[in-house]
Amino acid sequence: MSTIIAPADEAGIIAAVQAAQAAREPLAIEGHGSKRGILRPVQAARNLSTRALTGITLYRPAELIISARAGTPLAEIEAALAEKGQQLIAESPYLNGVFGTSAAPSIGGVVAANLSGPRRIAWGATRDHVMGLRFINGAGEAIRSGGRVLKNVTGLDLCKLLSGSYGTLGVITEVTLKVLPKPETSATLIIETPDLASAVAALSAGLGSPFGVSAAAALPQRDHVVASLRLEDFAASVTYRMEKLRGVLGSFGTQRVIEDAESRAFWRSVREVEPLQAIPGEAIWRVSVRPSAGPRIAAAADAIGGRTMLDWGGGLVWIAAAPSIANHAAISAAAEAEAGAAMLFRAPESLRLAVPVLPEEAAPLAKISARVKEALDPGGLFNPGHLRAA
Amino acid sequence: MIALPAPKPEILARRAEIVAALQALVPGDGVITEGIRLKPYETDGLAAYRQMPLAVVLPSSTEQVAAVLRYCHEQGIRVVPRGAGTSLSGGALPLADAVVVGLMRLNAIHEINYADRYAVVGAGVTNIGITKAVEAEGFFYAPDPSSQLACMIGGNVMMNSGGAHCLKYGVTANNLLGVKFVTIEGEVLEIGGTYLDAAGYDWLGLITGSEGQLGIVTEVTVRILRSAEGARAMLAAFNSIEIAGAAVDAIIGSGIIPVALEFMDKPCIHACEAFAHAGYPLDAEAMLIIEVEGSIAEQDALLARIKDICARFDPISLKVAETAEQSLAIWKGRKGAFGAVGRISPDYLCMDGTIPTSELPRVLKRIGEMSDQYGLKVANVFHAGDGNLHPLIMFDANDADSFRRAEAFGADILKLCVEVGGCLTGEHGVGVEKRDLMTVQFAPHELAQQRAIKTAFDPAWLLNPAKVFPLQGALAPALAAE
Repeated sequence: MSTIIAPADEAGIIAAVQAAQAAREPLAIEGHGSKRGILRPVQAARNLSTRALTGITLYRPAELIISARAGTPLAEIEAALAEKGQQLIAESPYLNGVFGTSAAPSIGGVVAANLSGPRRIAWGATRDHVMGLRFINGAGEAIRSGGRVLKNVTGLDLCKLLSGSYGTLGVITEVTLKVLPKPETSATLIIETPDLASAVAALSAGLGSPFGVSAAAALPQRDHVVASLRLEDFAASVTYRMEKLRGVLGSFGTQRVIEDAESRAFWRSVREVEPLQAIPGEAIWRVSVRPSAGPRIAAAADAIGGRTMLDWGGGLVWIAAAPSIANHAAISAAAEAEAGAAMLFRAPESLRLAVPVLPEEAAPLAKISARVKEALDPGGLFNPGHLRAA
Repeated sequence: MIALPAPKPEILARRAEIVAALQALVPGDGVITEGIRLKPYETDGLAAYRQMPLAVVLPSSTEQVAAVLRYCHEQGIRVVPRGAGTSLSGGALPLADAVVVGLMRLNAIHEINYADRYAVVGAGVTNIGITKAVEAEGFFYAPDPSSQLACMIGGNVMMNSGGAHCLKYGVTANNLLGVKFVTIEGEVLEIGGTYLDAAGYDWLGLITGSEGQLGIVTEVTVRILRSAEGARAMLAAFNSIEIAGAAVDAIIGSGIIPVALEFMDKPCIHACEAFAHAGYPLDAEAMLIIEVEGSIAEQDALLARIKDICARFDPISLKVAETAEQSLAIWKGRKGAFGAVGRISPDYLCMDGTIPTSELPRVLKRIGEMSDQYGLKVANVFHAGDGNLHPLIMFDANDADSFRRAEAFGADILKLCVEVGGCLTGEHGVGVEKRDLMTVQFAPHELAQQRAIKTAFDPAWLLNPAKVFPLQGALAPALAAE
């Protein structure tokens, strides 16, 4: 177990980075460590954690803006928003079940991983709602990008570059997010379809309707596939649109509707990839692809004995299968054949070290990528080898 | 006036040779060199700044763009990318020793996929052209900058353009899936694709809004959305700016996110009414246009809620459109705001700061004081939902002192936006216009960080020089004004 340094303020983070720089010792960057099992393991003697950097620093409900220090638990942010009838837009997952940990995900970690839940298909990803952030670069400087307003194109958008960079470009110390009112009610149309292709066709028809579908998932069962489409808004709107949506999707299969708590629990389960978590020894892959290609990715997963579930209208394919190099190669090849991208999301350390967990960047992009990394983290201090082998 | 770097004499001296080389790379009529045909390229939407370029090249393919950039890179020639030239911040302003690379011939729509809800289009397709191509199927492309009839999607990507409806639908960055991107070294990169959020660095997010500093986008994959069943607007006018601001807070606080929420001050109401005869109340100090979407019944329900909220703030006028025609009439004045101001003043500068919405009363009061101080009139339109403020400063370009005062007034407004917690530009970009104000928003080391990332893409600083970053500063030695 490596040493964990957890400064209580930004100055402490800077001091830790400067010390690492002077000693030329890399750092594993983390929040509360809830996603340690993701990507390639970082080889570093010390973990620099933002877990003690907590607290909401600004919340203006009327301006739809919240700022918090990076280590603030996601749950704390959600609770503060709920008190004012608001919520995070991208429905970010906790993933405690996937990674078998009780560590609390932090808001900084959610941003650093750019993880989004079912609502992403309609309302954008976590990175779309990062209006500003502060981070410490590899030179130990505090850098701001964006701000605390909803519309800002001043300078290069480092908020987006840092979102999803998994701590490899800088240590995020504070984030500012756009939030929205919590909808009055939600209801989900559940359709029993014969196979994945018809389920995804139903999702496409729903997302292509004018009725504001805010989530669309396909869950394969033993002998059929459940297609689910969510509506969220004022109660009268949801009632009206559900009626219309049922009409549009009438030909796809038997329908039923779940509401409120039941609907919320259903989508929480989709968000947390619950249907695929059961066997801890299995690896989990995440494939991004255009929705209509989702069923073909799932077919490739079937061929290796995998289990699947599809979110984002079919464009996010989750696969659980035995953790082997051959399976990883098969899934990566299937994604590539459909012009998509596969990520090895959960696997034993040995597999994560043995295969590229992300697709390689094309050579000219890899060259620029290395220069950008050098521009932000000249000493290569942050999370070396986390995304790709050196 | 904002300083531009001195042209490189060795490049100017080689003009004939450079033109010949470009003609070989882009055969036919793709290279423009003679005065009268070059003239339209000397400026953009920031018409106070003009500069004839060395040459204009209009490639017809990504391969030609790559060949031109590779050549310019090898020869150390500066490059200014250009879409339709509608930038209000001088983003496409040429330099005397630069080659303008115009994207207008990349105007093909390559693919439309309704099932997967995306379209692949050339960078030279107009913003409205995308919506026109998909509207028969009930779809649209969401970001709607005021220049949407003319502006091109490639330029929208470079500037991360917004519009009146981004409160609900987001800006350009939120509506993209991928781009074909050419580096200054002439490499063609496929960034993103037809899917959402693959893991890895968000190059698409970094490139969007990079103002031509990192490379040139030649092809764009946009998300297309199904249009709502309908949309309708209402108008609410109030006795003071503070009260209108409080009404905006109350609407958002009630859980309603209108699809658009626009604010106009008294001078703007008057200018627009004189122009459009939209029936705006001339005695109001502030007016809101609020638009909602959905079925007729949903529109009725939402508009009734909003009307009730507004009624609590002593409105002097509340008008709910009963029909699509009435809705258009309400919008007519607002959509014509820039033209309306152009009618009452020979010239105007359109500013673009963003502020925390709670600061609106204070900011508009200070802008009023500055207006007196500079002796120039100003009208304010404001995307009230997201805090993006567009003061239109009226001046006379034939009067050098009037222009000088207008620029100083504009700079003071933007400094004020930063001071109250906002930013220099919400959707128009930094360009040349706000370049020297970047030090107001960013510390030197923060600008140095951005410059280092620019350098990673464009080591010799050939791409769109003298924009975005102040000329003085680390890593931009080649550009320092002489």
